[in-house]
Amino acid sequence: MLNSVGREIPEEIIKLTGKEVFQGAFAKDGVEYQRAAPVVKPVMSNTTSKMVDSIHEALVKCGVRDGMTFGFHHHFRDGDMVVKLVMDEVHKMGIKDITICASSLGRAHDFLVPMMEDGTVTNIESSGVRGEVGKAISHGKLKGLAIMRSHGGRVRAIQTGESRLDISFIGAPTCDDYGNCRGIGGKSDCGVLSYSHVDGNHANKVVAITDCLVPFPNYPPHIPMAKVDYVCVVDAIGDPTKIATGAAKPTTDVRKLTMADYCTQFVVNTPYFKDGFSYQTGIGGASIASTISLTKIMEERGIRMGFGVGGLTKPMCDLLDKGLVNLLLDTQDFDLSAVSSLTNPRHHRISAGAYANPFNKGAFVNKLDFVILAALEVDVNFNVNVVVGSDGIITGAQGGHPDTAAGAKCTIVISPLLQGRIPAICTDVTTVTTPGETIDVVITEYGIAINPLRQDLIEATKDTDLPFCTIEELRDKAYEIAGKPEPVQFGERVVGIIESRDGTILDVVREVKEFKLDK
Amino acid sequence: MKVEKSAVAGTLESSDAMVTIEPGESGIELELSSVVFHQYGAQIQKLVYDTLHNLGVEDAKISIVDKGALDCTLKARIECAVFRSNGIVDNLPWGGAIR
Repeated sequence: MLNSVGREIPEEIIKLTGKEVFQGAFAKDGVEYQRAAPVVKPVMSNTTSKMVDSIHEALVKCGVRDGMTFGFHHHFRDGDMVVKLVMDEVHKMGIKDITICASSLGRAHDFLVPMMEDGTVTNIESSGVRGEVGKAISHGKLKGLAIMRSHGGRVRAIQTGESRLDISFIGAPTCDDYGNCRGIGGKSDCGVLSYSHVDGNHANKVVAITDCLVPFPNYPPHIPMAKVDYVCVVDAIGDPTKIATGAAKPTTDVRKLTMADYCTQFVVNTPYFKDGFSYQTGIGGASIASTISLTKIMEERGIRMGFGVGGLTKPMCDLLDKGLVNLLLDTQDFDLSAVSSLTNPRHHRISAGAYANPFNKGAFVNKLDFVILAALEVDVNFNVNVVVGSDGIITGAQGGHPDTAAGAKCTIVISPLLQGRIPAICTDVTTVTTPGETIDVVITEYGIAINPLRQDLIEATKDTDLPFCTIEELRDKAYEIAGKPEPVQFGERVVGIIESRDGTILDVVREVKEFKLDK
Repeated sequence: MKVEKSAVAGTLESSDAMVTIEPGESGIELELSSVVFHQYGAQIQKLVYDTLHNLGVEDAKISIVDKGALDCTLKARIECAVFRSNGIVDNLPWGGAIR
């Protein structure tokens, strides 16, 4: 069945998943639903200990068995050790058919590939997958389907009961013996535990895993004891050198600086750029450079930001230090400056649900004026792909991309015209991961295209000297330089679905086929 | 032109290609690996045959490790490798065999 971004969703996938096809970014607005609730085992006796001696004991006490779904969070990024600690034990116990429902998976999880091959892990639900796991899925090594969903979409899926978490594991930088978890302090400081809030609320069993046990009560907790069944102390839950890195040096790449400059010029010429505006940006070189150049104009014109939200980096925290932003609302910390900025009383932690869940009674993304995003590919219908590489291999993650794009009043995508030889602006994206109706502006070093749906933005910026053109002109320029790319050849088997933030199917990902040249 | 001895041109940097050419006996034998193999493999193959044809090379073993080079880069690396294989490093026929 054809969905509203023109993608053919096979009937057997609709039947298998029980999901509908995508009908538009706001098709489910106002549609009521029943929330799922977990099974809870109360602790009434004052002699009950939540401490367990090992991951093995935690798994046994949680009643681990074949076919369970496990929740994990990715605040430790490439330094994560929690998934490995748990899955190695599960593997040793001979448990099969596990669904991993993680907020994201990355290069720290390459070890999962043999577990996919031997049937320990048969389903993966994640924001996306980088590294070897992505390759393995694209080569058909996962028995079930991979479901790729946004950060807001994960919260939605758990709250509606589409994903039922049997056991969630929360890597806690500090924790006490009764399960009060904090994201700050200890050896594996990640600052926040935003992605785990929904696990705390909805998983049947919650296991806190820490490498820094502190005296009770570890207060104020980010995941409170009332939601935690067991506490397990291990040697290390993360590699601090890969969790929060030093702040990235501002880019000196002229191409990125040019795009950053175009972005800032565009932003300041829209009607939304006024005192109290709200803003989110990513961690790419051009995004960070545009935050830095925007800071200058804010200082010159005496315009302050109301709030900044999302995953944070040093340039956003600098705004707070300079008094240029009223509040920072934090879901993830990408560098040490962001972690240390959390001591500022105006730097607040929020849950992934509060941030982006489309099935909340309103999430923070809905209050965004601007979001600055990146892309692997953008097509002439403004559809964006951030998950599947142009070679057909799963290589990225949705993160908050579709959530913020849908929420923000002005959604800007920055991308160089070519990524290596691959045209980033193309006729059809390999896979649709954010629908074009939610993308307003595409900025490249060769020109800027505004979505024709946004005549108001075209009108507001028409007197600037920015290099506007159509999205088709950008594509033509890219094809002129690099040549027109042949479409990637896929096999028949569907290995994954791209779930829209509202739970419908935006696109499917097929197994890659080995490409051979005709002699 | 004949490929007299083996020669190399290019690098393994991103957006470049490493071209190795050796004497051959039975036409053009191409070994191509490319980071954009799916999207541009066929175009690169055609470019290799066209460029070698243009230089009058009929027999050669050519191996290309492509890191996403544009056609102009690939062509320049192939031409350079062929001339090096003949020991020609100056007075190149710009506008003639090299077009």
